[in-house]
Amino acid sequence: MRFGVVRFPGSCDEIDALRACETYGDADVLWHRDADLKGVDAVVIPGGFSYGDYLRVGAIARFSPVMGAVEEFGRDGGPVLGICNGFQVLCEAGLLPGALLPNTSLRFLCRQVAVDVINRDTPWTRAVEGHKPLSIPVKHTTGRYYAPDEMLERIEASGQVVFRYHAGHNPNGSLNDIAGVCNEQGNVVGLMPHPEHAVNPLSGSTDGGLLFQSAARVLAPAVPAA
Amino acid sequence: MNGPAAPTAPHRELGLTDHEYELIVDKLGREPNGVELAIFSLMWSEHCGYKHSKKQLRKLPTEGPALVMGPGENAGAVDVGSGLAVAFKVESHNHPSAVEPFQGAATGVGGILRDVFAIGARPIATLNSLRFGELDSPRSRYLLDRAVAGIGHYGNSIGVATVGGEIYFEPSYEHNCLVNAMCLGIAPKERLIRSAAAGVGNHVVLFGALTGRDGIGGASVLASAELDDAVDKRPSVQIGDPFEEKKLLETSLELLDRGLLRSLQDLGAAGLTSSASEMASGGKVGIDIDIDRVPLREPGMEPFEIMISESQERMLCVVEPDKLDEVLAVCEKWEVRATAIGVVTDTRRLRVLQGGEIVGDMPVEALVDDCPLYDLEPDEPDEPIYEPPPARIAAGAPAGDTLLGLIGAYNIASKRWAYEQYDTLVGSRTTTRAGAGDCAVLSLDPDGGEGAIAVAIDGNGRRVACDPYTGAVEAVLECAQNLACAGAEPLGLTNCLNFGNPEKPHIAWQFVRAVEGIAAGCTALGVPVTGGNVSLYNEGLEGPIYPSPIVGMVGKLGDPADLPAMGWQREGDAILLIGPFAPALAGSELEKQRGELSRGLPAVDLEAQAAAHALVRSLVAERLVSSIHDVADGGAAVALAECSIASGLGARVNLSALSEEGEVALFGEGPGGWVVSVPPEGADRVVRAATPVGIFELGQVGGDRLVAAASAASLAVSVSELRDAYEAGVADRLR
Amino acid sequence: MPRARVLIRPKEGILDPQGQAVERALPALGFPPAQHVHGGRLVELGVEDTGQLDEMCQKLLANPLVEDYEVELLEQ
Repeated sequence: MRFGVVRFPGSCDEIDALRACETYGDADVLWHRDADLKGVDAVVIPGGFSYGDYLRVGAIARFSPVMGAVEEFGRDGGPVLGICNGFQVLCEAGLLPGALLPNTSLRFLCRQVAVDVINRDTPWTRAVEGHKPLSIPVKHTTGRYYAPDEMLERIEASGQVVFRYHAGHNPNGSLNDIAGVCNEQGNVVGLMPHPEHAVNPLSGSTDGGLLFQSAARVLAPAVPAA
Repeated sequence: MNGPAAPTAPHRELGLTDHEYELIVDKLGREPNGVELAIFSLMWSEHCGYKHSKKQLRKLPTEGPALVMGPGENAGAVDVGSGLAVAFKVESHNHPSAVEPFQGAATGVGGILRDVFAIGARPIATLNSLRFGELDSPRSRYLLDRAVAGIGHYGNSIGVATVGGEIYFEPSYEHNCLVNAMCLGIAPKERLIRSAAAGVGNHVVLFGALTGRDGIGGASVLASAELDDAVDKRPSVQIGDPFEEKKLLETSLELLDRGLLRSLQDLGAAGLTSSASEMASGGKVGIDIDIDRVPLREPGMEPFEIMISESQERMLCVVEPDKLDEVLAVCEKWEVRATAIGVVTDTRRLRVLQGGEIVGDMPVEALVDDCPLYDLEPDEPDEPIYEPPPARIAAGAPAGDTLLGLIGAYNIASKRWAYEQYDTLVGSRTTTRAGAGDCAVLSLDPDGGEGAIAVAIDGNGRRVACDPYTGAVEAVLECAQNLACAGAEPLGLTNCLNFGNPEKPHIAWQFVRAVEGIAAGCTALGVPVTGGNVSLYNEGLEGPIYPSPIVGMVGKLGDPADLPAMGWQREGDAILLIGPFAPALAGSELEKQRGELSRGLPAVDLEAQAAAHALVRSLVAERLVSSIHDVADGGAAVALAECSIASGLGARVNLSALSEEGEVALFGEGPGGWVVSVPPEGADRVVRAATPVGIFELGQVGGDRLVAAASAASLAVSVSELRDAYEAGVADRLR
Repeated sequence: MPRARVLIRPKEGILDPQGQAVERALPALGFPPAQHVHGGRLVELGVEDTGQLDEMCQKLLANPLVEDYEVELLEQ
């Protein structure tokens, strides 16, 4: 199966995301100027500072040609994973509910955190078993999840909260400790923590690999678990 | 001789002496015009010309088996196997950071990144060494806060991991902070490129950001004079754009990968002036620059402004005519502006043209090679140079209270507040993160290499103030000691020499002795100096900074998997102190906290130190120790406390063998000490192996307290109390 | 070409740590306390058709979920 990793001017973690995807399948770079998804099976929008975070994080990236194709892919049920800046882009594009605001500390924070997986039904979380939180790093300045009251109630009620920071691990003031959400269909997932930095055992944790493994299993069941 | 003279003499206003002006007239064969005067004033400034330091720097050893690129280029580089080279360099941005700390620190990072990709290496990591006044001062808290934010802003945005660093607080830095930034990059050896321009008739192409009035007379002028009142120099500060630099980086590397460039140079201090001059000098050619072709951000800029602008994120390259179109196409793909602004000539002159007319015409040799170099007049002072620091820990306090005071001291307490603002992970190379070990470790696997590299940056200015020669020797040893904790063999060293006004004999003495100390340390360890930077005139009315030679070192190790951690691993493990460690209170953090500053440090046996480094490396490489930690600030007791904090486990030790005086055994400092823990069944083997270099059997891991006896002194402090003091020391002060 | 100034600020009720930081910093510098400080963004632009400004704000310049905006046409 093939992952497509989107690259904007200013993406930083796309190489790391490519490496993580390649552990479980093949991976191609999807350049922002091309509205061509090259027939990939799943799309990953990685972290970084697309367009320098100018105007508002993700605000400019969401209008790039590739995002038009990603939006169509997502609405058709294709699996999409937005990591950090990718999550911000998906919210700006309206593919995910809510918005990401500056951390309450107003500072960039890079730290390993414990994240609970709340929704195991998405293509990105199906391989997660047991109840131990995942150990994954966060690194961002604008990661505080926000949705207006009514929207927040709806998201909680409909199971659209996919990840929550474990008690005491909320690094940014996110409402309800939300670390990641999905759309109503459940195929588009966004999260602030960086699973691609928890794949190689040398990084101290391999928990992040479960997200890529999930997608690989869903799309190509014959792929052996790595 | 800078003296108060008629303020209207333009050359004096630009920082040139009367004698230097005469030399310029002599070399030109006439008086210089305004453009030429501005250009000479910058090329002959201390910052660009190294007038007071170059002769001393020739004492540094620059040869080594792993050396691929030595001093004189934008960065140095060493061979790390598998056809790969690691490029690295450290640079200062002290004066701009004192004026505008966020942008000063940010553009310091930007500048050193450019130096590394200017030789064709992809930046993979940065480190930083910062010095401020004591944190009790609101100004120092402000500078620290903004400098850390600026470093984080630039490094995080461009996607290069910030993997290590150090921050020290001393009264001497209150009015002259230090911001030194180091960068490491990686490249296949054949992609490395030099900056010498070549090929008469080749195009000189400027690519990157627009040219504005940033830093007109900025870094160079500020660094050639002492800072009295910085407020009106604010407009001279450069503003950085990491997003632009990311595009510039990718463009540069792609141009090199495709073999499209003859040479490459980044624009730093003195902008187009220094880049073009140095490229021409290196290639023994001339360069004509047509300033009408330089894309400008502001209207109506004068020729001299265009030539000396320090607008960031710009590069200069030399391109053969038949490759120009392709070069412009690559730049366009990355959305980077590129313009052919000049041509390589055989005149050996730098000529500036405007509207078809020559508005500046200078021999390249005069600008670069013939910059006057001065001899220093060192004289060891009889009187102390510095005021003693304020006392905070009472003499006669119980050892446990002293330990808590030291572990919570600004220089020792956790710097988590700072390093958590840096992305230490991007690139997936970091296997030992900031705060987790004595050095950073980066795997070479993602780049097709084998094993890993380790990197550290160090330099305790206060110890150099006590003894410039020995203090500088110790800086080199300390850096290598940190690398030894990862089993890494040092391959090369870069240094940034931060000192006061070298025209004063006591500062000259500090500088000369410190350079000699670095040379001795490098020679003893077999490590070449690959390049570096000098920052002088760091002083004001209140006096000079501590002499601060800051040293960055890169080393190579094998497989980074399962490296021993800093913290204890198991109850019952044996605790040993390895090395020719001979603690003394002179120059120690405890001495500082008692309000004293010694004169002189104990001499160092370099041969014994080098032997210990080799032994420790082998113990780590063979995984014979479960944990390892270098003994540094605060001495053995603090090192033991840090191992306990990192693990949550206590220890019971006796340090009497280190010294007859309890305090010296507990808190004395000096080079050549590592604290290790070993499973009981493996302890004999380690003791036997380490005996030739020095070994002390201290005790055992266990319990929830650090219990230490040392001759007549003793302490017992809970690990949780130690941790609280350690975590709160700096963080609480910044709340 | 007509010029407009757009002021963008966080919606009422949304936590604004930037505004709070300024509120805290002013008394620390010796100024009397300021009330209800909010931080936002300013965008100034010359546009052919001022009728399109509202849509520009909705689509790009502001995020209507979390931000309010105010458009001011500037005197030539």
